[in-house]
Amino acid sequence: MDRALVRRLSNITFIILTGIATLIALTALVLILWSLLSKGIGGIDSKIFTMTQPAPGSEGGLSNAIMGSLIMCGIGLSIAVVVGVLAGTWLSEYGGNTPYGHVVRFLNDVLLSAPSILIGLFVYEILVRPFHGFSAWAGGIALAILAMPIVTRTTEDILSLQPSALREAGMALGASRAFVIRNVVWKSARAGLVTGALLGFARISGETAPLLFTALGNQFFSTELTQPMASLPTTIFQFALSAYDDWQRLAWVGALLIAVAVLSVNIIGRILAREARRS
Amino acid sequence: MASAAPPDTARFGSSGSVGATLFHAACFGAATLLLVTLGGVVISLAIGGWPAIEHFGFGFLTSSEWNPVTEVYGAAGPIVGTLVTAALALAMALPLAIGVAVFLVEFCPRSIARPIAIAVELLAGIPSIVYGMWGLFVLAPWFAEHVQLPLIMEAEPGSWQEKIFSGVPNGANIFTASVILAIMILPYMAAVFRELFMTVPAQLREAAYGLGCTPFEVIRSVVIPYVRRGMVGVIMLGLGRALGETMAVTFIIGNAHGFPDSIFASGSTIASTIANEFAEATSDMHSAALVALGLVLFLITFGVLAIARALLGGQRY
Repeated sequence: MDRALVRRLSNITFIILTGIATLIALTALVLILWSLLSKGIGGIDSKIFTMTQPAPGSEGGLSNAIMGSLIMCGIGLSIAVVVGVLAGTWLSEYGGNTPYGHVVRFLNDVLLSAPSILIGLFVYEILVRPFHGFSAWAGGIALAILAMPIVTRTTEDILSLQPSALREAGMALGASRAFVIRNVVWKSARAGLVTGALLGFARISGETAPLLFTALGNQFFSTELTQPMASLPTTIFQFALSAYDDWQRLAWVGALLIAVAVLSVNIIGRILAREARRS
Repeated sequence: MASAAPPDTARFGSSGSVGATLFHAACFGAATLLLVTLGGVVISLAIGGWPAIEHFGFGFLTSSEWNPVTEVYGAAGPIVGTLVTAALALAMALPLAIGVAVFLVEFCPRSIARPIAIAVELLAGIPSIVYGMWGLFVLAPWFAEHVQLPLIMEAEPGSWQEKIFSGVPNGANIFTASVILAIMILPYMAAVFRELFMTVPAQLREAAYGLGCTPFEVIRSVVIPYVRRGMVGVIMLGLGRALGETMAVTFIIGNAHGFPDSIFASGSTIASTIANEFAEATSDMHSAALVALGLVLFLITFGVLAIARALLGGQRY
């Protein structure tokens, strides 16, 4: 066969194959979103937010799980933002280029993609076993460990984007380095720092595995931080694997709520990130 | 005043040098806390799992008998399940992810490429439990009815097909778990591949086109060789995700202990075994064995992720 023809044919085949790959990927993802919407949206009503989880066959909602998720994500995010922003600041402003800085950065990247269930085991070993009890604190701390590396990395990335003229200008006025970081660099990177927190929140709000044996779950409404606490993901897990139709329906509603929350937080984070880079 | 001092040693001003030192110390402490956390994970898993490692020795890795009643624990089943599902998922997701990335970067009109790329990135952030539920309620029943049953019906007794496809036709098996894993890592890998392909300088591409290359030849001989190292890194990152994924797999793998005898048989992975049994572990040895499993998973993923990060070098995804 003609060489030119072979080249053209293989080129066309290749283009078609990549198109098919894109089509397959999009189809799979659309199918999943469609199931989520069609099975979840019918169950959303005010009871979901006002009533606690029901016994099989009776009416109820997910208020205890939603509240628990909010509380534990709040604990996790507060800790992660403090640690992550400081650590990211250290990497960007102080010791990022020292050998120790390279080690920290490398291991932070590893921690970022470490299996979340192992973080659950770790918190179980250090907090649940010694104190003989599952608690919301343990769940919140497990989530904090998952969000910390994300906040650290976003902080470092965004701070290193800030022009060094900013820092030099501050120091030329006689301010100390710490003062400049807190009052000049952080301020100019504010949108980026918020993005880091949002990305951290998006990551932990759907995490199930680390909560299974730290916060355990709770069928009642509870705001007691030293007691087991329900969360949306663990409740979904329990309900989806149950044999009751109404529990499975609630599981779909919960999955839809989480997906919507994560998607909207991610979208807000992206918009802020774009603004942060532009300014 | 030391007006010529380089900025990184400068300590001008009276704005509280104690405060400045404290702030520096707090930043350093936070960075160190990250290290301590990772170290703590390894140490606590090693200590928690030690009774099982000590008791079963090397046989823990090679035996496939996992029986909480007789207190015999061998991890070969979950370990093989983990490796097989992750490898199958990667085999399915990799060509698709490269295809999607190439299509978006090279062939797709800009106006459609951007929305698709953003959608793909957003989907990479959807929690795995959503993928798991879809697998359990949608994929598994469909798969059992339309793929598994026909294949089992057609296989002749005693043939190799019968051996490979045997299993309870409920759709909860190693193969469907791999499919779910593949769907889950696909958007992530596609998004990162896309960013990687976009780092190839336009001049290189243009030079190749100028020599008369077809788009296929440009990608095969210029784009892919240019980012080869990074691509291996991304593959490792995808593999790391698939190895450690818990919820998507736990829903659909069937959670059977022991060595899986076909890809359509129920099995378990390390993560799914821990998720299922840890909160209800019957004895100290049982939970020690589960923690030891966690240690094995940690070592495998740590190795894979370390290779990935080393290959990706300064690029960060």
